[in-house]
Amino acid sequence: MAAIVTNAKLAHAAPRTAVRHSSAIVRWLLVLTAVAFLGLMLILPLVIVFYSALEKGWQTAWAALTHPDALAAIRLTALTVAIAVPVNVIFGIAAAWAITKFRVRCKSLLITLIDLPFSISPVIAGMIFVLLFGAQGLLGPWLSAHDIKIIFAWPGIALATMFVTLPFVARELIPLMQAQGCDDEEAAISLGANGWQTFFRVTLPNIKWGLAYGTILCTARALGEFGAVSVVSGHIRGETNTLPLHVEILYNEYQFAAAFSVAGLLVGIALLTIIGRSFIEWRMQKSLLRHANGGPTASSTLEQAGSE
Amino acid sequence: MGIEVANVTKQFGAFAALRDVSLRVKAGELIALLGPSGSGKTTLLRVIAGLEAPDSGSVLFEGEDATTRHVRDRRVGFVFQHYALFRHMTVFENVAFGLRVRPRRLRPTRADIRRRVMELLHLVQLEGFAKRYPSQLSGGQRQRVALARALAVEPKVLLLDEPFGALDAKVRQELRRWLRRLHEEIHVTSVFVTHDQDEALEVADRVVVMNTGQIEQIGTPEEVFRSPASAFVMNFLGTVNVFHRRVDSLTPGPDAIELQCPDELPAGSRPARIFVRPHHLEINAGPTGAPGLRGLVQYINAASPQVKVEVLSEFGEVLQIETSQDRYQELALQKGSEVFVTPKEMRVFFDDGHHGPSTPSTQLPDRMS
Repeated sequence: MAAIVTNAKLAHAAPRTAVRHSSAIVRWLLVLTAVAFLGLMLILPLVIVFYSALEKGWQTAWAALTHPDALAAIRLTALTVAIAVPVNVIFGIAAAWAITKFRVRCKSLLITLIDLPFSISPVIAGMIFVLLFGAQGLLGPWLSAHDIKIIFAWPGIALATMFVTLPFVARELIPLMQAQGCDDEEAAISLGANGWQTFFRVTLPNIKWGLAYGTILCTARALGEFGAVSVVSGHIRGETNTLPLHVEILYNEYQFAAAFSVAGLLVGIALLTIIGRSFIEWRMQKSLLRHANGGPTASSTLEQAGSE
Repeated sequence: MGIEVANVTKQFGAFAALRDVSLRVKAGELIALLGPSGSGKTTLLRVIAGLEAPDSGSVLFEGEDATTRHVRDRRVGFVFQHYALFRHMTVFENVAFGLRVRPRRLRPTRADIRRRVMELLHLVQLEGFAKRYPSQLSGGQRQRVALARALAVEPKVLLLDEPFGALDAKVRQELRRWLRRLHEEIHVTSVFVTHDQDEALEVADRVVVMNTGQIEQIGTPEEVFRSPASAFVMNFLGTVNVFHRRVDSLTPGPDAIELQCPDELPAGSRPARIFVRPHHLEINAGPTGAPGLRGLVQYINAASPQVKVEVLSEFGEVLQIETSQDRYQELALQKGSEVFVTPKEMRVFFDDGHHGPSTPSTQLPDRMS
């Protein structure tokens, strides 16, 4: 993509002289480099995943996917997503609302904190929870006294996933809501709307595409999370194995066809995610345009600059 | 409904947006808050609306303390500078919003809402636009939708933040007159914020001139324009020529002002600024006996009802002068002509210390002519 854009710009800027000839060579070199790199790093691996999965026929792939352990992994992954995504959506909206609609002190500190899971290695994220809830951990004795199992069980997996995917929704909403300002909400309140009415009738429609985008990214990451989950899961087959962990186990047992079949499932979901993402990006651009049009007219930007 | 603002102070961090501001708005009045950026006019409007809580002082609606009353319960119609129309709703839904969010027992029936919205769209001359979205409207139309939406809840006070700020000049002119007529029709107490002195003077019953968080002057447009209470007001309301001179403070009269000797210091005189509006400077071909200045015409712009002449005075001051087309023809003015300039009317503000343009009102001089 980037290569094509550059190429268009170059073609446009090229003056009608000998320079044009050499710029054409540069153009083709750039395009070729980009295409070769994309093919090697992205297309080829994708093709191999599906090729390896189907190498021994449809039946083998289907058997791998319908194996009880695989089904358990699918169920656990679905459960994790079903917990982590809604929690992060609610947290993301609340955090973005708090940061953008109120005058909060230490705003940038809060935003940095929200970003923390992005900068911490997932393995460390997993270890944090082991240290907190594990048998030797801070809350371990209390938890085992009350017979609550978090580490090496689904709650730990859900927690680790939540931690890793926490920034997605908030990070998507904060700049969007900052750009939109508080005028619409203030208008709604001055017209007599209460907090919920303002949120559901005014704020939510304004942020829906950003929210959908953040949710999709969050879901994709929750589905594929490996590192943090690997630490807290304990790899108990049919019990605490998520899809990515199941792929790893199959691979380590030299069941390549089965491993790639399950991997193919994850890749398929990822491809769907990309399609959904592109659709939402397209819609967001449209609604941003509408936002720009819904605001002040273009001809008056100068006057605005002069006003308060 | 009458509004009273009493000793309101508002601070944003280290910035004092409002400093002990008091203001009384009579029922049915149309008031303009006029001032430059950062003068606190928008903050004052937001405090009246309840969108901003004052640090101290109070806001009274009809004599009743409303300082802690929630925006929702104040019954104010607020029109935002950038309209803040709900983009995902049609014009009709926008205007109906305030009626639809009412609690069920107060909510009008569907038919009533429809009738009321159509009435309002008729009032703002947008009947045919009910099904359009805000993005399909021009700036002026959006502003009128915003106004109709604010009026839908039958507000007791209408507050408008730079209502014409984001529109181009011609639409602005039309909307100004239209707002004036609308106000005469519905007569709801209205306060609007503007940084454009023409707008304030043309539309408002009374003008409140603000500067650095304080009120400089309150008066009818004529009062404010004819007898500005401070150098700031004089400066802000249109073009003005400023002469830095020394004035005999003991006998303030025409004789006490000597435009001729800017550097001499007669005993007992005080430094002052003499303000003269461009149309109060008279151009003559030679000395007339009245106090005045010699100068050379530098620039002439005759492409308006009043001819604008720029004269470089003998003391190096550039004077902005407005004269009639007839007088311009009579004097046969040209670039480079030598002329004699006489002020017909001037105002003097002493600048004890160098406190800038906002001379406190206690130091106001007498008016001279």
